[in-house]
This record gives sequence, C-alpha cells and structure tokens, in this order.
Amino acid sequence: MKPKNIIEKLWDEHVVYQESGKPDLLYIDLHLVHEVTSPQAFEGLRLKDRSVRRPDLTFATMDHNVPTVNRTVINDEVAKTQMTRLDKNCKEFGIELADIHHPDQGIVHVIGPELGLTQPGKTIVCGDSHTSTHGAFGALAFGIGTSEVEHVLATQTLWQSKPKTLQIEVTGKLGFGVTAKDLILGIIAKFGVGSGAGHVIEFTGEAIRNLTMEERMTVCNMSIEAGAKAGIISPDETTFDYLKGKRHVPDGDQFQTAVEKWKSFASDDGASYDKTLQINGSEIEPQVTWGTNPSMGISISSHVPSPDQSTKKSEQEAIQRALAYMGLEGGEKIDEVPIDFVFIGSCTNSRLSDLRAAAEVVKGRKVKDSVTALVVPGSQSVKNQAEEEGLHKIFLDAGFEWRESGCSMCLAMNDDIVPPGKRCASTSNRNFEGRQGNGSRTHLVSPAMAAAAAIEGRFTDVREMMTVVH
Amino acid sequence: MKGIREISGKVFPLDRDHVDTDQIIPKQFLKKIDRQGFGQFLFFHWRYDDDGELRKDFHLDDAKYAGASIIVGGENFGCGSSREHAPWALQDFGFEVVIAPSFADIFYNNCLKNGILPINLEHTEVETLLEKGLRADYSLTVNLEQQTVHDGEGFESTFEIDPYWKQMLLNGWDEISITLSYEEQIEQYEKTRQE
Repeated sequence: MKPKNIIEKLWDEHVVYQESGKPDLLYIDLHLVHEVTSPQAFEGLRLKDRSVRRPDLTFATMDHNVPTVNRTVINDEVAKTQMTRLDKNCKEFGIELADIHHPDQGIVHVIGPELGLTQPGKTIVCGDSHTSTHGAFGALAFGIGTSEVEHVLATQTLWQSKPKTLQIEVTGKLGFGVTAKDLILGIIAKFGVGSGAGHVIEFTGEAIRNLTMEERMTVCNMSIEAGAKAGIISPDETTFDYLKGKRHVPDGDQFQTAVEKWKSFASDDGASYDKTLQINGSEIEPQVTWGTNPSMGISISSHVPSPDQSTKKSEQEAIQRALAYMGLEGGEKIDEVPIDFVFIGSCTNSRLSDLRAAAEVVKGRKVKDSVTALVVPGSQSVKNQAEEEGLHKIFLDAGFEWRESGCSMCLAMNDDIVPPGKRCASTSNRNFEGRQGNGSRTHLVSPAMAAAAAIEGRFTDVREMMTVVH
Repeated sequence: MKGIREISGKVFPLDRDHVDTDQIIPKQFLKKIDRQGFGQFLFFHWRYDDDGELRKDFHLDDAKYAGASIIVGGENFGCGSSREHAPWALQDFGFEVVIAPSFADIFYNNCLKNGILPINLEHTEVETLLEKGLRADYSLTVNLEQQTVHDGEGFESTFEIDPYWKQMLLNGWDEISITLSYEEQIEQYEKTRQE
C-alpha cells in the first residue's frame, strides 16, 4: 500500500460522504466554542428551529472577553451580554460550559489539551483561527467562521475540499536558549506569511521530535500565521505520555488500546507531500518581530531592515509603512529598542512551561521602572499549578502583575490594552496594527525573551542572562 | 440568502498586501451578538484618526468611491483572525465582490457562506485593476455563471470557482438545509465509528 501522511489518513478516516464535483463531507469529532464567534450561530439555529446534533462532542468556555482582574464585577456591558448569552445558549442546547467562575475556565486552546479533550486522530474545529494549536497532538484541527460554527452545531460535519500537504522538516537541534517560539517565528520569517496558503503543514524532523507537547502546541498554534489551514505533528511517545491520566482520556486497558490506534495515524515512512520545505533548527537564534505581520521577524543580534534592502516596490512600501507604524528606523539595532509593556500569555505561550521559563529569567531580578509587565496564565489550572510552585511570588516580587486566565492583551478585547504609541514585548501570535490596542506596537517574542525585556527595559539576548547547563 | 448572477459596480482599490481581518474590523466591534450594522466600523482605524476625523491617506470615504460594490486588494487578503465579522462588515458597507491575487482560507470561506463572491485573478491583472480603480467611476461587471470579469473598455478575464460553491451562490442556497438531507449518511458514519 502506498505510504500515507497523517493528513491524508485523518482526512480519509473522517469522510462521511464523497461525490465528484463537490467538497467532501467531513465528520467533526470535537467542537470548541467561545463567547465571541458563537452568538450569531446559536441565533441562526433558533431562527430555523434547529438543535445541536451532538452536544456531547461540543465544549464551551469564555476566554476572549473576560476580565483578568476582579471577576465579580464586569464593567463592560457589551462583553457581559456576550458572556450571558453564551451561558444561556449552552443551557438551552445542552452544552457543557466552563464559565468565568469555573475551575476549568481558560483559553480554549489551553484547556482542550489540559482536559484531554484534544486527542490524536480527531478532527477539531473552533471559531478561532488558532485552533491549529491542537494539531500538536496529531489531530486535524482548524479555525472556522461563525456560519461554519452553526453548520457544525447543526450537523456535526463540514463540507471541505481536501487541502494540499506541506512538510516542513526541521533538521538539527535547537541551540541553548532557543525556544519553540523562536523556531516558529524563524520559520515564518524565512518562508513568509503566505507560505502555507491552501495547505496543512506537517512539522517533521529531529528538532520537532525533541519538543515537549507544550512546545509543539506553540509551533502548531502559529501555523495559521504562515497562512496554513492547519499545522500537525505525528503523535509519538511524548504525546501519549502527556495524555495519560487526563480527564477525558481513556484509562487502564482502554488507554493502551487508544495508544495503538493513535500510533496508526502517524505518517508512514516514505509518505509524500505536495511540497516540502527544510530549515536547520540549529541556525535559529532568539527572534524578535519588528514589523506589522508575523513574518517581519529578525534575530536578536540583527538590525531592523531598511526599505532599500528590497528591490520590489511593493515590499519597499510595506517595510516603509511598517517602520512608520512601529516608530522604528531602518538599520536600528533591535536590542537597543526600549519597551513600555511586557505581556506573557496567550494561546501561544501561557502554559506552565512558558511561565516556568519566564520565571527562571525573572527570579531575583526587578522589572525596569518604566515597564508595565503582566503575566496572564492560560487557564485556571495553569494558574493554580504555578501558584503551587511559587511562580506567582517570583513574578510579583519582581514587579509583574499576576492575573486571572484569558486571552487578555493578545487581542485586547477586555481592559488589558497597550496604549497608542506604546511598545510591547509580547508572547502572543500577532503583531498586526492595533492588535493590542489602537496604535499599539507589538513585538512578538518567546516567554524567556519577554522576561528579559521586562528586566532590561529593552530587547535583550536572554541567553546572556541564563546559566549554561553543561 | 439571495442568489448571485451578475454584479456590476464601482471599484474601490486597496493596494496593500496581507490586509488582515483585524484591520477590516477591529476587535472592539466584535461584541455584538447579531450580524447587522458592522459596515460603519469597516477599516475603522484606517478610515478614522484618534479624534474620529476621516484620515487623508485612506480613500474609502472619498466621494468618487461612494456606492462601490467591488473591492480589489493585494496578496493574502483577509489573513489572521477567523472573525466572520469581516465579511459581515464588507457586505454591510455594500461590497458584494472581493478581487485579490490570493486569499486567506478562512476569510475566503467566510465570504462564500455570506454570498460575497471572492475572485482570484492573476497578480498582473489585479495590478491593472488597482491602477484603473484610481479613476472616478471605474466599474467592473462580474458574471458568476460565465465566471468572467470585464470593464467594457478592454479588460477581460475569467476566474475559477469550485463548482459546488458556484451552485450555492447562484441559487442562494442554505448550506445547512442541504447537509441535513445527508442525515442518513451522517448517522451511518456515526454507527460505523462506534463499532
């Protein structure tokens, strides 16, 4: 039999109906729902007197809008309406909800894996582009719009055209102090924000195999920033070890049966792809983005590019425009750029290992006076575990704020906003104009790099602040 | 949803690559729970300065583009967030067609589901339209049935669209109703998976 890659296997496994001249009707195993992209979908069901086909395969939480301080009073009336509406919708349609006061509450892409809802071989959708995160487990996971949310609620399926497959092979080992975030930023800087368009990316190679599950989630999370429909990593022992004992994962003998099944989804040796790209992981340095899309990134030791570095007029204009928005000069050294805010959080980097990495840099040091720094854990569970380890004390002693879980300053839908003209070192995933607040200037970095920037008040090579482990 | 056959309308040229959905509709306007009224917030921070005055370097509100129904943009149009509020805002503002050399996948799908026609044209063709679109009253006619775009003054092109989506748009069909007619297949699939 012809060797198959994991994307082809998962596709074939989930086709409900196939007819030439039509997209395939694909079954959805898990539908995650949040407050911002779902109200119009539920309203659509109501108008047509339709029900939710599989409430048991649907799970909801509140994350985008939620305040990260004082949860008892929500001042934003409009946001409150969205949360109240989700609560009402979940009750009416019989969907399990982790609301703002629930111990399972958190960013939807953090709690899915935490609860063991995310498993290898599943098709997973959510009305959020960063659903690609769940691909880290060997699941086919992608973001959808609100009409599709309604479609999945009503039918548990989606009409989908088979995507092309792109293999990104990361050879070698990541260097000292270089993280999964640097890897994915390096990949997007090298290949561009459109490199994955129309494709699902499978990340392969030695550097990927060596990543922990939380690191793999960071990589897959940002596949969408390369334009891909989804990112995926074939499951292996690292995946199974992570899943063992999680609430929704089978236990005892059934776990072993599940593992055997999950193993069968991994890409076969000799599987082929529509396209393959390669990058050497050992050549990647800690990254900082300088511009207004995630491919505008450079190494910490580099200079901000000048428009004349490009020969294409449209690129020159794009660089010019980005520099003007970001308040930077071409040729400036990135490690001399001062910052005003630090945000450690988001579905990219708010898990326990991210907070540990940042705390290690912060321990015994102080946040620069001119800097406002906050840590927003990805979920209540992450927050509790971090507090058990005393991480919150390290952050608070250094001058960080320690918050409740949510999307927070990644997209600034709540009160966590970067003011106009202010510069933020952020562990999130998008540096678009105004993303963290109107006129805000976002630089994407890893948690360790964000922590280092908080201490120094400017971007700095975190490797110089770390102890070399021999 | 009403069906689309032929759309003739004024062109608004937006000569920028990677126009993301955060620009199309900023997050502070995503808190509504219905689908209406997003047009006033379209490209909000590109149109208005901090004092709420129209910016001089963005031309959507110029008199010559009043009533435009076709927007022409650059590469990777609609990238970023999956928010369907982006096509809702475009549609509410009056746009029925988006032409670009390439689209982000989720945005492309979101357009189709709302009866907005996304059209891929060659890079050089889009450049021509972006330039011609600078003129007042430059109009295009898009025919979905024939899959053609022309301006009646020499520009003519054809575009590809998935035959399934072409049918859906021509007829203005409700996708969920169609899928529900496959109930039997869905049930069968669920039974097989349980075994």
